[in-house]
Amino acid sequence: MKLILEAVVNGLLMGGVYALMASGLTLVYGVMEVVNIAQGIFVVAGAYLSYTLQQRLHLDLFLGLLVTVPIMFVLGLFIEWAMLRRLKRDRIVLSVLVTFALTLVIEGVLGLIYGASLVYLHAWYISNSFQIFGFYISYIYVFAFLLSTLLLGALYLLVYRTTFGFSLRASMQNRAAALLVGIDVEQVQAITFGIGVSLAAAGGMAFGATNVFNANSSFDLITRLLVIIVLGGMGSLWGALIASLLMLVIGDVTAVVWSPIWSNTMFFVLLIALLLARPQGLFGQREGRKQ
Amino acid sequence: MSQRLFSVSIDKFIYIIGALIILMAGLSACSSSGSTTGSTPPPIPAGPITIGASLPLTGDFSSDGQATEQGYQLWVDNINKSGGIFGHQVKLDILDDGTKLNQTTTNYQTLINVHHDELVVGPFADDFSVAAARVAARYGYALVEGSGTAPVVFQAHLHNLFSVSLAAQNTLNTFTTWLLSLPASVRPKTAVYATEQDPYLQPIVETAKSQLEKGGIRTAIDEITYPSETTDWNPIADKIIAANPDVVVLGTVTNDAVAFVQRFKQEHFNPKVMVEVSGPDQGTQFTDPIGGANVAEGIIVPNGGWYPGLSTYQNKQFQQQYIAKFGGNAAGINGDAVQAYSVLQVLLQAIEKAHSIDNATLIQVLHSNTFQSLQGPVRFNSDGENLLATAYLFQWQKGNLIPVYPPANAQGTPEYPKPNWPS
Repeated sequence: MKLILEAVVNGLLMGGVYALMASGLTLVYGVMEVVNIAQGIFVVAGAYLSYTLQQRLHLDLFLGLLVTVPIMFVLGLFIEWAMLRRLKRDRIVLSVLVTFALTLVIEGVLGLIYGASLVYLHAWYISNSFQIFGFYISYIYVFAFLLSTLLLGALYLLVYRTTFGFSLRASMQNRAAALLVGIDVEQVQAITFGIGVSLAAAGGMAFGATNVFNANSSFDLITRLLVIIVLGGMGSLWGALIASLLMLVIGDVTAVVWSPIWSNTMFFVLLIALLLARPQGLFGQREGRKQ
Repeated sequence: MSQRLFSVSIDKFIYIIGALIILMAGLSACSSSGSTTGSTPPPIPAGPITIGASLPLTGDFSSDGQATEQGYQLWVDNINKSGGIFGHQVKLDILDDGTKLNQTTTNYQTLINVHHDELVVGPFADDFSVAAARVAARYGYALVEGSGTAPVVFQAHLHNLFSVSLAAQNTLNTFTTWLLSLPASVRPKTAVYATEQDPYLQPIVETAKSQLEKGGIRTAIDEITYPSETTDWNPIADKIIAANPDVVVLGTVTNDAVAFVQRFKQEHFNPKVMVEVSGPDQGTQFTDPIGGANVAEGIIVPNGGWYPGLSTYQNKQFQQQYIAKFGGNAAGINGDAVQAYSVLQVLLQAIEKAHSIDNATLIQVLHSNTFQSLQGPVRFNSDGENLLATAYLFQWQKGNLIPVYPPANAQGTPEYPKPNWPS
């Protein structure tokens, strides 16, 4: 029983981190109809940025986000302007190709700069833990979960309580109508993409603090993130959060109760079962467009 | 008057059949490869002796392929400086297989049938070695190789394949020997085994499990296997911790080796013995993420059969020549280059014993003699496995990874039990 409880707690804590990484992906799809395959490599790039700041400036990982998040936001703006804005037709299919190519380029650049060696972020809270109700919980998982909660909460406020959020939701619901009422949809899309990439920076720090990584680490990651947003419903922030938590909890509980070999299988079985009953996912694109 | 069979008389027919039989017998006697047992080996043709190999100079295994080529080339340079083989200079004929299995097969066909290389040696990795050996067998060629060590290589039962390196599944033999040699009063009682689902790692852990169970160390929970693409090892670590074993045997690479140490440390779980098949031998890539070399204290890792301090055949000269040609230091010598050099050492000794480069003769000699190499003594069984290869046991002690078993080559005694994680 203790093992199962531990798995649930572990799954919830890690699920928060994945929700942070997936939220940018689902937001970008919802507003721009762009499937950003490069989200995985943006996470890894964010991890490397945190690593560089730590190595060169001995900056704490969380403080370093004050630098990495704006850098990645600007990178996101540039990529949207240079590559994605020019996709006028067949955006979904072409965005997959373009962002896949971008992934390969960024992976190559990271490989050139940092090499193939595995790296890991260091901090006192990464290798230490505290005891509560008989469980040992690692500080980094709790801190990462709190970061995710904070940023997702801020994102929620941005989307639902600001003028920009109103414009964003309008663009998601009906791009043409949004244009007609005077919303600068291109600007909304650019800022949304920037936000998506900057969330990857934060997620990257948490990812790097809980995994050794190198430039090749993005492909497993993007596979999981895509599955999360499909389960949650493409374009739905709530969906990304719930799906992340579900995926990690189901995976971890299966690993301890049954076998790690079946972790992913159990999740995919449930995913397929859900999609058969509800093709739009938990909260669905239609629900997403209602945000 | 003779009877006619169709338009040919019976007499003529019999003469034709007889001539055909004699012709076929003559052709098989003249067959250039696989000359019959007991016959005099053919003389070495004039000119250099060419040794061919297919290597992954590009593709996923390119770094291994290039290191293997270095080992082969270094040996060839050395042998040519000392006059070659029977006075003939040696030439390497390397083809790039791009880390593609099909290309390996094609390359060995080319090396043997088109380039007519006198000898061939191994490619890189297990499946590639089997593919190469199958081609070589078709033409009666011996294939001595250094990197095909997984069970699949020996399960192919190829009479012409000779693997000079430690068979993968025996990687933890030295570990189990040491553990079972401990006095019964202090010997650990329980063990847990966890491994990546990997054709190289899984047999290693399963062989160790079988040996330790036979030695009386009880397996606390069923062996845990996990996919290579696992990224969250915490549930697996938690399962191990819940079983509270004395011994933890992990079939890991670097990522998971680090993750297990971190989780065990976070959970304050201190097994008496902890061995990881690989990861702890990766220097700072292992010690940095776990918090320093002091955290690694007591962790054991097997070594695949060679390290710079070994007193094995030509090891000192090899290291000096390697560093002179390629730079770096002894600790940086790539294990693939060592394996490649060992291949040609053994091949040369077989040639010298046989007084010939005839492949059929070499196959016989390789099966019936003992040889020496950088990795230690070599003697092959019928499936080409080296029965004399030793895995050395290394352990992190006081910030250094040192050999601790077998005692003959140890720089320290194994630390038991493993100390608790530093706070």
